[in-house]
Amino acid sequence: MKILTIIFVDGIVFASWLFLVSVGLTFIYGVLRILNVAHGSLYALGGYMGASMVLYYLQTGATPYLTYFVLLGAALFIGIVAGSLIETIFLRRVYHREEEVQLLLTFSLFLILEDVIKLVWGVSPYFADKPYALLGQMRLGGIIYAQYVFLLPGIALASGAIIWGIINRTRFGKIIISVTTDREICTSLGVNVPRVRTFAFIIGAILATLGGAFTAPMTALVPGIGVEVIVLAFAVVAIGGMGSVGGAVLGSLLVGLARAAAIHLFPELDLFTIYLVMSLVLLFRPQGLFGEVEVRRI
Amino acid sequence: MNLLQKRLLSQSPILLAMAGVLIIFALLPFFIPRWGIFLLTVAWAKAILVLGIVFLLWGGLVSFGHGLYFAAGAYAAGFGVRVLGIHEGLVLVALGIAAGGGLACLVGLLLARYRGIFFALLNMAFSMVLYAILLKFYRVTGGTDGISISPPTLAGFMPPPEALRLVHYYFTLGLGILSLYGANRFSVSPLGYTLKAIRNNEVRVEYMGASVRKAIYITYILSGILGGLSGVLTAFAIGHVVPEYSYWTQSAEFVFVAILGGTGSTFAPLAGSIVFEFVRNYAFKLSPYTWQLSLGTVLLLIILFLPGGLWSLSKPFSRRWTKWTLHSNR
Amino acid sequence: MDFALESINLTKFFGMVRAVDELNVHITEGELVGIVGPNGSGKTTFLNLITGYLKPERGQVRYKGKDITGLAPRTVVTMGIARSFQIPQLYLDLTVQENLLLALAIRSGEGVGFWSPLNKESRVKEAFQILGQFGLEDYSHHKALELPEGERKLLDIALSFAQGPQLLLMDEPTSGVSVKDKFAIMDTLVRILKGHVTSVFVEHDMDVIQRYADRMLVFNEGKVIADGTPTDLFTDPSVRKILLGKG
Repeated sequence: MKILTIIFVDGIVFASWLFLVSVGLTFIYGVLRILNVAHGSLYALGGYMGASMVLYYLQTGATPYLTYFVLLGAALFIGIVAGSLIETIFLRRVYHREEEVQLLLTFSLFLILEDVIKLVWGVSPYFADKPYALLGQMRLGGIIYAQYVFLLPGIALASGAIIWGIINRTRFGKIIISVTTDREICTSLGVNVPRVRTFAFIIGAILATLGGAFTAPMTALVPGIGVEVIVLAFAVVAIGGMGSVGGAVLGSLLVGLARAAAIHLFPELDLFTIYLVMSLVLLFRPQGLFGEVEVRRI
Repeated sequence: MNLLQKRLLSQSPILLAMAGVLIIFALLPFFIPRWGIFLLTVAWAKAILVLGIVFLLWGGLVSFGHGLYFAAGAYAAGFGVRVLGIHEGLVLVALGIAAGGGLACLVGLLLARYRGIFFALLNMAFSMVLYAILLKFYRVTGGTDGISISPPTLAGFMPPPEALRLVHYYFTLGLGILSLYGANRFSVSPLGYTLKAIRNNEVRVEYMGASVRKAIYITYILSGILGGLSGVLTAFAIGHVVPEYSYWTQSAEFVFVAILGGTGSTFAPLAGSIVFEFVRNYAFKLSPYTWQLSLGTVLLLIILFLPGGLWSLSKPFSRRWTKWTLHSNR
Repeated sequence: MDFALESINLTKFFGMVRAVDELNVHITEGELVGIVGPNGSGKTTFLNLITGYLKPERGQVRYKGKDITGLAPRTVVTMGIARSFQIPQLYLDLTVQENLLLALAIRSGEGVGFWSPLNKESRVKEAFQILGQFGLEDYSHHKALELPEGERKLLDIALSFAQGPQLLLMDEPTSGVSVKDKFAIMDTLVRILKGHVTSVFVEHDMDVIQRYADRMLVFNEGKVIADGTPTDLFTDPSVRKILLGKG
């Protein structure tokens, strides 16, 4: 019984992290039909920006309880800046090209950003663990958990709710959906499609940087964290269905719980679980759990 | 003129080009420094796999997981050395080819049904599964340390240490030229054209009575064979086999090289691979913190301003080449 | 004796719409049959049901006595049926010659061969001959993309012809073709096909039907409402009403 609680808690925490990491990717694919490899770099940018802002802030001697808002602010700032730059300068030029070219473009941006991060923040690890340590620890099921990790499900829920709200309850959300469905009609109806795309990309970017910023206090930031993140995000998005936020929720839960179970019950399988789940889901349902049937099969 | 003579004559432009390439690369080692020979060896070895990527690109398919076959070939050689005690290069090459081709036969059965992003991602998923296996089962695979491969004998003959690098180069060059020749025949064969037709109009291909799935499956197996060969040869050159051979960044590198060189010709992957290896080497020497930046920028520029890849710079020459090959087959 | 093509109570729904409704058609070997009817009367759906692109809700399609209902296009094609399209379906990046060579290679079962070249001498000769019959030899080395509309149509028909079918289904073969070429093309086509290949073509052009079809089937709302020679049917008032509006 205890082990089930542990698996459940671990699973939910990891699933929340996966969701934060992948919802931006699936949202951008849903609106722009581009799989953004640089998503991992945005995550890393969020992390580094968040960490360095927190450290800078703490040096001013101000109260550490506001560091959470510093993280939020840093994520928003870098998300908006990087997001708008990437979309307007680079992505815009390849909307009319084939999928693989778009993918490679975002891959080239990923390579560039990896080194930009190194140049700006250096290669030594960044520790900004104050926000993490501040929240203390608790006992659950006989295991000590840092209370900070429970922030993740909260942030994941909040982001999920906000995205859902934007898509389903705002006018902008409706415009996004129509742009996704038929660009030409939207243009002829007076919608500023390029601007909608930029905004959509910025939203996706902010989701990535938020993930990075709030994960930063939990680990040491080193160059290359984006590399692993992007594969995990791809896998979750593929499982859930590309472009589906609900799919990202389900995919994250599936993988999160599966991995938690694997870690505690079959430790050798932990690295596998995500790719095994992905392979299995895609083999039986190639468009993902909630994806649209765009796959042509002969 | 009998049939054989006719056949040879019609093949003459390709054979001539092969001979030209052979001569240039056979003589090159005498004009470049030793580390250049090593880079060329790796470039040729990797270019072999990229040929397979280009085949799939002709069919409109991108694989972001060919590290799977690269690693399969490399580790087949590794196991051959470590477990089976084989030290003969030719046998290890055969093992690598069998591993790559065999794996592709299995995986391809499933993957030939998919297209677009899903094809790309499924390939990636399988390659990451292999990566995880190679990492986790370290007692068998050596884990992160991998497997060392000491220089093998070639046809029973062990080259003297001073000549080792050069002999490896010529060995790789030889197999590379054979692969290039095969790729050239592939590109003018019905399957080569069927692939391009599939990319243009899959439904029409079915309406002509050809099986799209079969065409993709066969091409995929060929790409697996090339991948396995590439893995073994790279393993020989580097002397070491690690799980990273199957990591997604390695697979992405292959696609990068394919786009860098261009998909318009079977010689393009070679050009792309050589440019890539040398640029990466220089960029890394220049600054270890900015080599990814340099590569990323090069790729970006190619995508935005030179969509046909580097090979498209040869357009004026390639038009003459096409005329020559077309008319010699009348 | 088996009919070349037969449909028995063939029915196809698209949601609530009966695109094809209890269709019974018999076509004898060697016939040249025209199918006419207003838009939406089920003509193209009928062709798609024969070739297996669509599966019927009810009924059967028989080819030379064999039940081919619901078989995949690829299977149907290898049995000897070929189809040309209303909107030309070509390989736009390949040259005209390459398009045709590929059709011939696939016909001879070498579509997935990867060692011998596509343009072997015998095949090039045959391709050249076919292109000549369709008046496309001058475009041999042009990309299909560069062809004007009428020539694209011709190439599309040439490709289906190159498959060497015994039953050729053509969807509006003269649409998009200029008036002066229309009859030249149909003359050539009919000369090649007559007596050797059973041909069924959907047409809107009444001149073409009048001149070339042995027999005409009039479709309306998924059913065949008239079946006879073009001359007979064009004088029939109920047929005229359907095809030409009033009177």
